Amino acid sequence: MKRILCMLTAAFFVFCAGGAWADDVIRLGVPGAHSGDLASYGLPSAYAAKLVVDDINARGGVMGKQVVILQEDDQCKPEVAANVGTKLVSEKVDVVLGHICSGATKAAMNIYKDAGIVVMSPSATNVELTKSGDYPNFFRTISPDDAQALLQVDFALNTLKVKKIAVIHDKGDYGKGLAEFAQGFLIERGAKPVLFEGITPGAVDYSAVVQKIKRTGAEAVIYGGYHPEAAKIVSGMRKKKMDTIFISDDGVRDDTFIKVAGRYAEGVYATGPIDTTKSPMAIAAIEQHKKVYGTEPGAFYLNAYAASLCLLQAIDKAGATDFISVTNALRANWFDTPLGKISFDEKGDAKGIGFAVYQVQDGRYVEVGK
Amino acid sequence: MDYFFELFFGGLTRGSIYALIALGYTMVYGIIELINFAHGEIYMIGAFTALIAASALSLLGLTGPSLLILAGLIAVVYSAAYGFTIEKIAYKPLRKAQRLSPLISAIGMSIFLQNYVLLAQTSDFLSFPTLVDEFAFMEPVSHIMRSSELLIVVTTAIATVLLTLFIKFSRMGKAMRATAQDKTMAMLLGIDINRVISVTFIIGSALAAVGGVLISNHIGQINFYIGFIAGIKAFTAAVLGGIGSIPGAVLGGLILGWTESFATGYISSDYEDVFAFGLLVFILIFRPAGILGRTSSEKV
Repeated sequence: MKRILCMLTAAFFVFCAGGAWADDVIRLGVPGAHSGDLASYGLPSAYAAKLVVDDINARGGVMGKQVVILQEDDQCKPEVAANVGTKLVSEKVDVVLGHICSGATKAAMNIYKDAGIVVMSPSATNVELTKSGDYPNFFRTISPDDAQALLQVDFALNTLKVKKIAVIHDKGDYGKGLAEFAQGFLIERGAKPVLFEGITPGAVDYSAVVQKIKRTGAEAVIYGGYHPEAAKIVSGMRKKKMDTIFISDDGVRDDTFIKVAGRYAEGVYATGPIDTTKSPMAIAAIEQHKKVYGTEPGAFYLNAYAASLCLLQAIDKAGATDFISVTNALRANWFDTPLGKISFDEKGDAKGIGFAVYQVQDGRYVEVGK
Repeated sequence: MDYFFELFFGGLTRGSIYALIALGYTMVYGIIELINFAHGEIYMIGAFTALIAASALSLLGLTGPSLLILAGLIAVVYSAAYGFTIEKIAYKPLRKAQRLSPLISAIGMSIFLQNYVLLAQTSDFLSFPTLVDEFAFMEPVSHIMRSSELLIVVTTAIATVLLTLFIKFSRMGKAMRATAQDKTMAMLLGIDINRVISVTFIIGSALAAVGGVLISNHIGQINFYIGFIAGIKAFTAAVLGGIGSIPGAVLGGLILGWTESFATGYISSDYEDVFAFGLLVFILIFRPAGILGRTSSEKV
């Protein structure tokens, strides 16, 4: 009796393995933070993948095969992420949606690269992941950290055609980070900033910095920081009768800025994310989440939704799951996603998503360029 | 040379702002040897009151200087009432306690008032309307100094002179000096020291409110947190000039303003605070009581 049971169990396992691991499925790895402090960053992506996969399977799957999800928890920890990567590779995933955090993604990337697996992250914004060129198999559906600075610099140099630019920041992580990227891009383009300085947030006024900007003869100021200081600097400049162009970031693209700076806000440029939540596909994706899970979707949900669609459609279009075919398909095609029509550049960053330039006109922000 | 003057006047304005707030710190310290950390909050409440009053009054059709004066007056009265009340609630019961207790009480009061305004008003930055029009005679030099800045500098100067005269020659001023020297002796000689201390708080708070109105008018934005940073800088100015001394507070404020302005202009604004506080340390090494402060033996 015991022997029969053993044999039956063994047979069951063999059967199971045979069924699940047969080559007539496409395996989508979904690693990310699904527990711990940062679970709220990772779980929405897993939900998005589930919804997309269910949808595609219901319509006949990819290349006529059903898609299965292999979900793995990396807790956003690099050391766990490397193990998760090894595990997914040994389970023969075809493509990977993840990881969530930049550090974890970096730790696992070499494992995927050696196995020739395409990875697409909905949320890892670290610049080096794409820019370094170390990971030709890496793609993402979110803008890298320096995207705003790049847009600001290109807008100033190409659209506004200014040459002398002062870069000011508030010494904070966000503001100084952006200002340093902007400085780097300006130097790359042969337009070294005439001034690069940090100000103290919350100071009584910024008249000395304003005088300094004036003395350098800057035609435009790129400011990295938030709206209270931006409002003080802009009004300080305008009150001193300087018409220097002011270009800032997402932290200033806020209606409070216009309210506080009042008429001095007119003409100020600020970059900010392109609003995607109004597109029909995004509305449908959000509705789907509400219907299935009963809640509003969390962080990076639309990015993950778009990434899953791109990966699976790319396989379908390529008709294969190997590294070369999938990467070529991702670069050659434009995909309809909740983030809009997107494609991917040589480095793996998405084209068609990200930031736009807005300008204050008659008391509100109006989009003036992408 | 133009650049030098621009920085000079920028620093002068900033220094006058610090001085106007520092006067209140130094007066209170002079009389009861208490660092009134809630003083910056009185400045903030003055600004908020003026904003509310100005909004209400402009609905009634008031404009220009009359609006500024009336809104300013309301702010001064309201803030003075706050100063008076704070002293009665938070400091008077602790007058006989050891020196650390009222200090902690002052810090508590400061945090309380910040959060009170945060909850009762808003956490957002608010736009403060320009209440003073540009003076026509300032037009040729408006790239160096604006009318609102001139107003701050002139007000600080007038307040300093009046305050000095008041303390030197008026009856109440003499009583204040007596109280500062020896509370018990002053009391024995028939001075109502409770009244003297209350008047000190009222004058200090009124000055802070004047500062709040003029400075907000100059900068154009306020929120519940402005008092903290301005207060810290003004306190530094008061210590630099010699805490307890009226001309010292003004001198300290101006030196601090100029240091910051010139450090930003000629070196880098990254190091603005480094230079300002470096100077403070340097001066305190050579003159522990501040520039105009008198070293007196500890009264026990």
